[in-house]
Amino acid sequence: MKPSNLAGAPTPLPPLENLPQHDGEPVFRAPWEARAFALALELHGRGVFTWSEWAETLSQAIRDAQSRGDPDCGDSYYEHWLVALETMITRKALTSADRIDARQDAWLRAAAATPHGEPIELGRDGAPVPPA
Amino acid sequence: MTGGNDHHGHHHHHDDHDHHHDNDHGSHLSQTDARVRALESILIEKGYVDPAALDVLIETYETQVGPHNGARVVAKAWSDPQFHDWLMRDATAAIHSLGYIGRQGEHMVAVKNTEREHNMVVCTLCSCYPWPVLGLPPVWYKSAPYRAKAVRDPRGVLADFGVTLPEGKEIRVWDSTAEIRYLVLPERPEGTDGWSEEELARLVTRDSMIGTGLALTPAELKEQGA
Repeated sequence: MKPSNLAGAPTPLPPLENLPQHDGEPVFRAPWEARAFALALELHGRGVFTWSEWAETLSQAIRDAQSRGDPDCGDSYYEHWLVALETMITRKALTSADRIDARQDAWLRAAAATPHGEPIELGRDGAPVPPA
Repeated sequence: MTGGNDHHGHHHHHDDHDHHHDNDHGSHLSQTDARVRALESILIEKGYVDPAALDVLIETYETQVGPHNGARVVAKAWSDPQFHDWLMRDATAAIHSLGYIGRQGEHMVAVKNTEREHNMVVCTLCSCYPWPVLGLPPVWYKSAPYRAKAVRDPRGVLADFGVTLPEGKEIRVWDSTAEIRYLVLPERPEGTDGWSEEELARLVTRDSMIGTGLALTPAELKEQGA
């Protein structure tokens, strides 16, 4: 904040454009947002990390995204959340980044091998599922 | 869960494109969706999370926890002086007494709007929000523009939300943390004498409890219902 803002009337900032400002928007906009949200709460509930640790990690993820040019308009919130979740999981050594990468590829292969409309199940492509 | 991200837009523009030609090339997951599934499947297999508990959490936040919880708290505070005093003194306990209990161990503080003072809540760092009473935050609350502007130019934020306060009214901005979450107790609208708590709760909007709005007037409520 510029010192001049402390003395006189603050310089008006531009309007909050393009932000949905009404009640009734969906809680989660995609199923993955809900899953990522619940995973963090469940890990916290089991004592894997404290909520202060979580808030700090999430803040860092948001700052990192901003410094990479994310306009951070709220719609990327769960992407930051996911980064924080992954950071926490690897920091607490619940698994490794390599294993997450391998498992992600396995899900993508499974999806490609699943006829559209059927539930996607790991291993559907016939290849062995990489370890957790 | 097959998710909402399946993509097959390169087909025809027919309404029935869901049902044709898809069997020959399988399903599509976005990278992000696959990433979350990777985390979830690993954590479940290693026993760090329970899939049933995840489902319950999501269901709870999607359907049960929302601003109607906070509206009930506010309506009770407007109607019941004893509850009002308890809320102002120890919001955590007063809110818990209505069955709204947070999982993050957050400490709740109620801040009261008066003739002289308007309160607004923000989380400049990471969108901490009083989940037990308001559910999950709206998109704008999580946005950098709101987080920055609420602190520097709260009156401008109110204008963006279509709210104009009397000139002399002071605006206080409360920055939430992982430990402390704020709930704004809006002013009770005129013309609501004798209203029941249930009726009053309908005047209490989510935004009025964040401080980016005011409680509805009886006339506004009537307009909304029409």
